[in-house]
Parts: sequence; C-alpha cells; structure tokens
Amino acid sequence: MDAEPAPRAGTAAAGADLAVAGVAKRFAATQVLEGVDFTVPAGQAVALIGANGAGKSTLLRCCLRLIEPDAGTIRLLGRDVRALDAGGLRALRAEVGFVFQKHNLVGRLSALSNVLHGALGRAAFGRAWFQSLAPQDLRAEAMQCLERVGLADIATRRADRLSGGQSQRVAIARALMQRPRLMFADEPVASLDPAAGEEVMALFLDLIRRQGLTLLFTSHDLAHAIAFADRVIALRAGRIVLDAPADTLEVAQLRALYD
Amino acid sequence: MQKAAPPRFEQPGILAFAAWLAVVLFFAVSLSGTRASFGDLVGGVPQIVRLVGEMLPPSTARLGPVGWALLETFQMAFVGTVFGVLLSVPLAVLATRHLSPHPAVYHTARTAIAFFRTVPDLVWALLFVVSVGLGPFAGVLAIIVDKLGFCGRFFAEAMEEADRGPQEALSAIGARRSALVACAVLPAAMPSFVATSLFSLEKATRSSVVLGLVGAGGIGIELKVAMDLFSYDEAATIILAIFALVLVVERASTWLRGRMI
Repeated sequence: MDAEPAPRAGTAAAGADLAVAGVAKRFAATQVLEGVDFTVPAGQAVALIGANGAGKSTLLRCCLRLIEPDAGTIRLLGRDVRALDAGGLRALRAEVGFVFQKHNLVGRLSALSNVLHGALGRAAFGRAWFQSLAPQDLRAEAMQCLERVGLADIATRRADRLSGGQSQRVAIARALMQRPRLMFADEPVASLDPAAGEEVMALFLDLIRRQGLTLLFTSHDLAHAIAFADRVIALRAGRIVLDAPADTLEVAQLRALYD
Repeated sequence: MQKAAPPRFEQPGILAFAAWLAVVLFFAVSLSGTRASFGDLVGGVPQIVRLVGEMLPPSTARLGPVGWALLETFQMAFVGTVFGVLLSVPLAVLATRHLSPHPAVYHTARTAIAFFRTVPDLVWALLFVVSVGLGPFAGVLAIIVDKLGFCGRFFAEAMEEADRGPQEALSAIGARRSALVACAVLPAAMPSFVATSLFSLEKATRSSVVLGLVGAGGIGIELKVAMDLFSYDEAATIILAIFALVLVVERASTWLRGRMI
C-alpha cells in the first residue's frame, strides 16, 4: 500500500512534540529502519503498526536513544535527541514515559517501590530507590499513581506475584509517576489475554487523554490501533508505508499491510 | 521407507581422538610421577590403625582452650566473609561488562578478581602473617582477599545474567547507573548473592582451620602443636570439634538459604 499523507502528518516540526527525519538503523546485515520521517503534534495519539521485524520497537527505542540510530535527526520535546550529552539525555528521558510489552518491573520489589522508580530521573540520589527509604511526599505521590490504576490495595505486594494485567497497570503507574509530557508504549497489552488487554488499554488511553499527553504506541491489534489512536503509521521493512488518520481506516485495509 | 536411526555414538574426529589419547597418556604419566602405590597404601594400614588407637578416647584435658580456639576460628571466618562479601559487591559491579564505566576498568577488575582467586588463601595468609604479624587478624585479611576472588566472580556473573528488561525500563526513565544497580540489578541478583555468600561462609570456616597452621590464628595451630607433640588423643578432640563446627555452619547455611531465597 502506498503512503497516504494524513491531514496532521505534515504538521510543522517546530510545533511538534516529536519530529523524526531521515532516521536509519542497521543491525549487522539487516537494515531495520531506513529514511523514517514523521512528526507527532502535542496531544495526538499515534499507533505504529507493522509485521514483526518491521522496525516499530527499534524506532521507539531510537527516539530515546535506548538504541542509537545510525542516521537522521530526532527532535523530542524540542530537544535534538542525538546531540544531547548523558545528563541531557537523562533529563529528557525523565519527561517521557515508556510502557513495555513485558512490563519490565523489578520482580523482587513491591508494587509501590516499582512505581516510585518513576521518579528516579528527577529525585535526588537514593530518594526514589525503595519505598522504605523514600520521603513522604514521593511515597504519597506513588500511592496516588497506584490509585489511578486501581491498585492502591496491593501496594506492598511483590511485583513478581502480580497477574499480567496488574503488572502492566503498575508499569503504567510507574510511567505516570514520571509526570510525563509524552508517552511511548511498545505493544502494551500484547502479553495480556484479550479481556485484560482491552481493559488495560482503555484505562491507559483514558489516563493519557485526561492529561492531554502525546502518545506513540506500537500494536499488532489493528482494531486497537484504529479505536485508540488519532492516527496510524505503518512500517514495512523499516520504511513508512502508510500514515493516515485512524478514522479513515479499516481493519481489513491495515491487514493487507501484513501480507 | 522409514529412515534408519542415527548411529548411537558419533565417530570422533582425528583431533578429538588425539586429544583423548593425550589425556589418557598424561594420566598414566601422572600416576607414575606421584609414585602412587597400592602396596604402600596396604603397608600403611597398621600405622593408621595404631594412630586411631592412640587417638581413642579423645582427650578432654584441654577442652577450654580448644573451645576458645574454635570460637576464634569461626570469628575469623565470619568477620572475613562479611568484609569480603561487602567489598566484593562494588568490585563485581566494576567487573560486570554492561555496568562497568569503561572497558579498561572492566578488564582491570576482572584481572584483579582472577588474581585474588588463583592465589590460594594459604599463600595470602603467609603474606599477611609477614605483614601484620601472627594471629587471627592475618587470617581475617587472607579470608577477605580470598572472598574478593570467589564472590567477586560469582557476583559479577549473577549481575551479567540479571534480567535486562527492568534495567532498560529504568534507563528509559532517566535513572543514573547507581540507581540502575541499586534498584534493578541488585534485587534481581540477590538470591544468587545470598547463596554465594553462605557458601563463602562455609568455605571460610573450613579455610580458617588450615590458616592456623601457618600462624594466622584459630584452631589450626592447636592441631599442629598436638600432632607435633604426638598428643593424638588431643588431636582427635580438635578434629571432632572442627567437624562439629563445620557441620553446624553448613546446616545453618542450608537452613538460611532456604529461608532467604
């Protein structure tokens, strides 16, 4: 399918929360990303879709330099990501929530300590390491975040004793604890059963909308992509092959991209 | 047509065959080099019987001093292990590839750990006896260095094997390396740390007995004196006391491991 420019896809980079231009990444012999260009204006929810290996997760990680891109420019929240030094990069990351497919909680720590980790980028040395050592204001804020995802009752439970849905809610609470301006999510409900996935996704999007956050999430669930995003970007073999408003798309049309 | 089952054993290549042959030949040469003799072993049986006869019944004449020496032995092991384990943690962080601040630091830390591990604790004890004098402090220092080699290696390996997912999540939050280690790596590696530390305590208890033989404190010197003076009944008491101490430490360690991991 040919690229179909969306009405908001051409938003000027200057006013965008995220502006990606000419980004490329190669792993050994595989070109994972090639000439990727797009912008995401503030407050927009964008779904990134594509088959396994299309480059979705790599693209998200390149935006925060969790993976170093080989070429191109990335402006995130007004900063040139590739030009930042270590301190600048940490400061930027602290403002961007990232929800992972496998939750990536610290299993042996409590749900509350995991949520508290959301403040690691802004809190002074050691203050957000463990709930038992944290100051009262941070503990109270972490409890509020847990409450927003409906898990205040299990604050002291170890993360490795939570169900998949609970774990992902704790991961969302951890991201909220960052007080993020923008949120990335890499297949946030792919490891959950359909009912739990639906529930967690609805909660996640509700929290994002209430705070007016910008969102870029990857998904294999095409119905989710259309239902929860304002706009859908499709990748195939590391290149953008579709960029269109979600309300103009249908699942069957997107499924063709996987053929 | 059904395919025939593969051969039961793979035929070794010429190089593998030569390697196996070399190992067998070296074993034969080593048997000769160590002058291992079944005749000597059989000829020594009456001596062993006589020695055991002189050891029984074990003497209770010096139970008090033996008890104190045994306590000192365990104290050496305990203090040495605690310091050794604590010092091993930062050394192991530097020796963990993805946590070390620089490849040069990583290689230096790995080399130091290998050096501490390969030099036997008895040699460290000899060096520390010369440096700080006779007594248990030299033994404690020897155990600390030995633990740096043992725990340093196993701690580093546990940290390298720790799940990278939570580490990536905390990096994405903007956490510093120190927070990454404290919040994601150490909790994940903790069960392995606890097991290694308790094994270290068991090993240190056994080592601290031997360290006394070179003057580094503990019950070893009591055993040496008893043997030198042909007081085999006293030596038997000391050996039984050592056996009891090692058994108690091993049982306690097993119980603690079960509780803590």
